[in-house]
Amino acid sequence: MSELIIDGKPLAFVEGQSVAAALVATGRVSWRATRAGHRPRGVFCGIGVCFDCLVTVDGVGGQRACLVTARDGMTVTTEESTDE
Amino acid sequence: MSDPADLIIVGAGPAGMAAAATALAGGLRVVLVDSGTAVGGQFWRHPPEHARSVIPTEDLHHGLREYHDLREALAAHAQKGQLDLRLHHHVWSAVRQDDVFVVHAVDRRKAPQEIAVVLRAPRLLVATGAYDRQLPFPGWDLPGVLTIGGLQALLKGGGVAAGSRVALGGTGPFLLPVAASLAARGVEVVTVCEAAHPRAWLRHPGPLLRNPGKWAEGAGYALTLVRHRIPVRPRTAIIRAEGGARVTSVRVASLAPDGSPRPGRERRIEVDAVGVGWGFVPQLDLLITLGCALTDSADGNAVVAADEGLRTTVPGLYAAGETCGVGGAALAVGEGRLAAESVLADSGAAPVLRGKRLAAVRSAVAAQRAFARALALAHPIPPAWSSWLTDETVVCRCEEVTAGVIGTARAEGACDHRQVKQLTRAGMGWCQGRMCGPAVHCLTDPKQAYRPAERLVATPVTLGALADLDT
Repeated sequence: MSELIIDGKPLAFVEGQSVAAALVATGRVSWRATRAGHRPRGVFCGIGVCFDCLVTVDGVGGQRACLVTARDGMTVTTEESTDE
Repeated sequence: MSDPADLIIVGAGPAGMAAAATALAGGLRVVLVDSGTAVGGQFWRHPPEHARSVIPTEDLHHGLREYHDLREALAAHAQKGQLDLRLHHHVWSAVRQDDVFVVHAVDRRKAPQEIAVVLRAPRLLVATGAYDRQLPFPGWDLPGVLTIGGLQALLKGGGVAAGSRVALGGTGPFLLPVAASLAARGVEVVTVCEAAHPRAWLRHPGPLLRNPGKWAEGAGYALTLVRHRIPVRPRTAIIRAEGGARVTSVRVASLAPDGSPRPGRERRIEVDAVGVGWGFVPQLDLLITLGCALTDSADGNAVVAADEGLRTTVPGLYAAGETCGVGGAALAVGEGRLAAESVLADSGAAPVLRGKRLAAVRSAVAAQRAFARALALAHPIPPAWSSWLTDETVVCRCEEVTAGVIGTARAEGACDHRQVKQLTRAGMGWCQGRMCGPAVHCLTDPKQAYRPAERLVATPVTLGALADLDT
């Protein structure tokens, strides 16, 4: 298994999985809050259309977790971490 | 590939793969562009090549012999240098300049890094497929509620299930393979709520009888569902999802013929994930900005107007697959082949398919189109679906615009999804109305086919990638 770093903690994933799949594999389906209602959001369409699953990858914001292939050592930051 | 290409194909799903294979067999030089990590599109979604032994997904697929044949043909041509396969490339714009198509993409192989790529060819084929159509309901924005396509993509692409107790709902045959895939991975599918009544099929028996392959496929799913004891409940719908940080239950209602919930016929079912889908919406962004004429399809979508050879109204521009009307993978493959034949003919190249083989593809395409039309008529959006909305139900997920706010805009005179957008911001967020557009359209102007707003940039790109452009 390879590992990425999510909000400072290691997350093991299977090579070839998207960041969203890696998160879902651990039982997580939300990692963001909406701007106005602060409602939890995560994976919804799974194919890059809805933009609900946005994360920051290696310092670049607005990345769709369902489209970014997880890489060993990749740094992922979720909005949940910034809210805390 | 150093020489200029004869044809650019956007989308490497069933239509794009088949079109590429035919055009390559006819001697053309082809660039095939797709945002995915492997060829196959949504229907034949696979993990990247290097990950297939650790993420086995072959058993979740249908029509894999065709997929492998096409994939091998493409690989052979890529090796010869005749095919330039661009995976991980996101196309954000296509324009026609002096009889040449200029396709702008970003190379995201090292995402989040983006490298601007400009591709040029005298002919362009758009096979960008479709995504799940959504109808909002209270709680549909709770975590754990996904599109059925999203559930399937996680299974086929990443080998993961988004829940362990899942309810599926909506309409159309796609509910069945998703239920079967989930069950194959040990997920308990507690209910499949199909809004339509099977009797609706009896109104159009002809297309059903002429497509025995579809019968067999349906029977296969039915057997799988019976084996896993998955209940399929016709004329029911998931009308509410409940929970806090994650969905914990759904309310399932028995529907009257117009789609309104029958009073007192509601059940609560505990779940940890939900999948919904009401047919599909074709991905027309590139085609609309290129100026193609559209036509109405039986499923309530506007689709690209194309002739028998899949030529659009823009010279040199072709379309195949769901962009020409949602009809499934087998139809998409046939249309891809016919579109490529048109490209060959219009380029002055010799045909690949001749005589009986060409006639067979044409007649299969005609039969599958008739089937798709019957399917759309048998699985309509229930007319009274909006009766399960409350004023607080979020309709536009991005801008968090509620059904109540949209109702006010309608009362103030907004009579289509564009006017609602101007008044309420519904459709102005990250997804640019891709999720809520069809629903807002159904709330305002259900008698007309849904024509998406023109989106000049088909996918967000960084300013850095734009600055790299040297054109």
